Amino acid sequence: MSELLEVHDLTVHFATEDGLVEAVDNVSFSVRPGEILGVVGESGSGKSVTAHALLRLIRPPGRIVRGEIRFEGADLLALPEARMGAVRGARIALVFQSPRTALNPVLTVGRQIARLYELHQHVAPAEAWRRTIEMLTLVGIAEPERRARQYAHQLSGGMCQRVMIAMAIASSPRLLIADEPTTGLDVSIAAQILDLLRALGRRTGASIVLITHDLGVVAEACDRVAVMHAGQLVEIADVHTLFKRPLHPYTQALVRSIPRIDREVAMEPIPGAVPSLLAPAPGCRYADRCARVLEVCRRERPVLRAAGASHEVACHAVEVESGTAVR
Amino acid sequence: MPWRRLARNRLSFAALGAILVVTVAALLAPWLAPYDPDEPDAAVALASVSVRHPLGTDLYGRDQLSRLIHAGRVDLLVALSATAIALTLGATLGAAAGYRGGWVDHLVMRGVDAVMAFPAFILALAITAALGNSTANVVAAIALTHVPIYTRLIRGEMLKARETEYAEAARTVGNRPHQIVLYHLFPNCVPPLIVQATLAMGFAILTVAALSFIGLGIQPPQSEWGQMTAEGAGYVVSGEWWLVLFPGFAIMLTVLAFNLVGDTLRDLLDPRMRGVR
Amino acid sequence: MGFGRYVLHRLLLVVPTLFGVTLISFTLVYVLPGNPALVKAGSLATPEHVAAIERQMGLDRPVHVQYWRYLTGLLRADLGESSSTGRPVLEDFRQRVPATLELTLASLLVAAAIGIPLGVLSAVHRDTALDHASRLVGVGGVAMPSFWTGLLLLYVFFYLLGVAPPPLGRIAADVVPPTRLTGLYVIDGALTGHGTALLSALHHLMLPALTLGFAVMAPLTRMVRATMLEILESDYVKAAWAAGLPRRRVIYGDALRNALIPVITLLGVIFGFLMAGNVVVEMVFAWPGLGHYAVTSLVTKDAGPIQSFVLFVAVMYVLVNLSVDLLYGLADPRIRLR
Repeated sequence: MSELLEVHDLTVHFATEDGLVEAVDNVSFSVRPGEILGVVGESGSGKSVTAHALLRLIRPPGRIVRGEIRFEGADLLALPEARMGAVRGARIALVFQSPRTALNPVLTVGRQIARLYELHQHVAPAEAWRRTIEMLTLVGIAEPERRARQYAHQLSGGMCQRVMIAMAIASSPRLLIADEPTTGLDVSIAAQILDLLRALGRRTGASIVLITHDLGVVAEACDRVAVMHAGQLVEIADVHTLFKRPLHPYTQALVRSIPRIDREVAMEPIPGAVPSLLAPAPGCRYADRCARVLEVCRRERPVLRAAGASHEVACHAVEVESGTAVR
Repeated sequence: MPWRRLARNRLSFAALGAILVVTVAALLAPWLAPYDPDEPDAAVALASVSVRHPLGTDLYGRDQLSRLIHAGRVDLLVALSATAIALTLGATLGAAAGYRGGWVDHLVMRGVDAVMAFPAFILALAITAALGNSTANVVAAIALTHVPIYTRLIRGEMLKARETEYAEAARTVGNRPHQIVLYHLFPNCVPPLIVQATLAMGFAILTVAALSFIGLGIQPPQSEWGQMTAEGAGYVVSGEWWLVLFPGFAIMLTVLAFNLVGDTLRDLLDPRMRGVR
Repeated sequence: MGFGRYVLHRLLLVVPTLFGVTLISFTLVYVLPGNPALVKAGSLATPEHVAAIERQMGLDRPVHVQYWRYLTGLLRADLGESSSTGRPVLEDFRQRVPATLELTLASLLVAAAIGIPLGVLSAVHRDTALDHASRLVGVGGVAMPSFWTGLLLLYVFFYLLGVAPPPLGRIAADVVPPTRLTGLYVIDGALTGHGTALLSALHHLMLPALTLGFAVMAPLTRMVRATMLEILESDYVKAAWAAGLPRRRVIYGDALRNALIPVITLLGVIFGFLMAGNVVVEMVFAWPGLGHYAVTSLVTKDAGPIQSFVLFVAVMYVLVNLSVDLLYGLADPRIRLR
């Protein structure tokens, strides 16, 4: 088995005062060793919830209803909580969306990294501190000795994100999940952060799941892309295929909405809003926004099917048109 | 879950109901009370809870239920007048300070600081002592200690509202300052004022009761819940529990009701506060 | 603005506030009905005698002169005299402050020991039976008048169960108080190895401390719960958890530590509660502290003690609020290292 991570039918629900929110619905995908997989979608499409679910960080009122998360041969969802602690941070690490709020405001950033060395690698405080400084240097922070003794509010956004990344890779995880790592950063800083992530991925051989709403980021950094819409995974393909030959109507709309300087045509906004995930109707959740909607779309949830080498799509219309439809 | 929301609403309705019951009982005290609250009856002195005297009697055989109902009038009246006075005074000062700014603002806010340099109850106690024990003075003392709540609230809202476009628009079309404050800015402050006043009612009742308990507030023969508790306090060590349980319970229930309604109103009127329950 | 300048600024602000406080405490007594000279002279005094005492006390001088005398007196630690005990107020205070301090500290301890864990557990186990119970305590606690709580406790623990002593002060009448070191019977009893006194003092402290502690616990629990809820949802708590730190360590290390910082701001409010509560609770349990002294003086219209009590509470209040601000700054690097 060559995959590092295999996710099958992951489903996450949130019990709110208004009813059940089906935030992630039967999502399946895999991550290969050493690759960068992009996960794109509008906000509210379930990207972050999926990321948190991979580490079993969902808290009540949220609940992982079903699914399987195979990582390094074990089903993480079946693991006792005590053993999950050895996976989190050590084998799979998470880089948070807003670095400034993801760092504890009353601990120095150095302390926050050092304690992970003490925890995961059982080293003495002095050694942990030495490695912390090393790591801060590695992620490109100037004057690491001084910075390590500072608090999050004293650092710039980009620097906080570097600290977050240092925290994440401190224990050389095999899988790094980066949740919108460039949101809120300057374009140039964002590019630096992306370069850093890619360089670290190459250097350590770790796989990266890069969650973003920005197709530009995907095009620049990823090997493969998974597209999510309203809690469902609608298409997954390698980057070139996805941009050249998107199959799902939603992906096509997404690609068309990218502003491009080499094209005269104005970008097209995607019609309709992200549908409510509160007790959604059965079937494809894109049906109400879709121009190619069929009768079956509202009745049955489409499942991911191969549509070429390294290309899978979940769409009834595509199935019908390509003649692969069973019914 | 919808039922949870409903349950919360049910609690608020119960609280509202409790306020209603206490208010109606106070208003209709002479007709509702089964006995004359001041009528002694030596035959039933210190009688426990019974059918004839549902809440027992005191040393003089006075019916506790009747006394409790009459006492509620005083508590509610004092709290309501103190809140009304504090609200009017505080809102006016706050509006003046917030809208005029400058030395008016400075003067008002230093006054507020001075009042707030004392714990509210201690100041109320000192003022009552200085002015003398009378119902009117208790009202004055509580009102004064509550003024800063409204002054700060209104001043803050005014500062925010003064810069808004509709205030600008009102100025442009030639409204006079007091018109702008009264008709354009003030309406925005009403919801938080209602919330604060409701919560302050509970605090005012607790203050009257505590002042009267230590012998400073409402004086006999007029009865008041805290003072009734004080009269019964000596009997707790000899087992006459009803003299203390019921007046104290009346205080707690009323204060609790005002607090719950205040919390609910805040949730309803001030969406910013929603979620933190 | 650096933290040093912030501290200096905050300290300087205390001066006008204290000045205002003395002005108010002076005014209170100035308008207090009844002539202090008359009280002091006694009911049988001749008008000439009263006038002589008025002169001696400076009551015939203009207001501003009287205020000046009051202020300079304060600077010399002269708080005036109690007409009813006939002793300097300062001396009476010295005797009673430890009693109030003992009760206050014990109630704080009760409130913190029960209130903080309750708030934390309530937030961690949100919407469970425990959470509902703690919220009930939170809303109920602020609505219960503390004199009532005290009397109910007395009824149950003294009258019904007989495990509490009668509400007659700090120590049993037949027990000799411990040698005065701090004035706190519990501490003095422990330090001098006076076991009987220590036990008796603890026994007497039990119900008053529980009563006052319960009153303070309610706002404390509410606040701890609210801040914990907020922090448990924060990114950095999730990030610490995601980084592999055990959830318990995240909750009781990262989250709790940060949740306690805003609780510091509550200390001022709590102090206000405690002072108000002290007055009432000391009356219920005949606790010979400042509150009891103040109320007795109020009833006898004894101006000196009332004035000093109000001033004392206000000064303490100002100082507590000052320390709250400074502590808050020290505890939170976002303020300290601006």
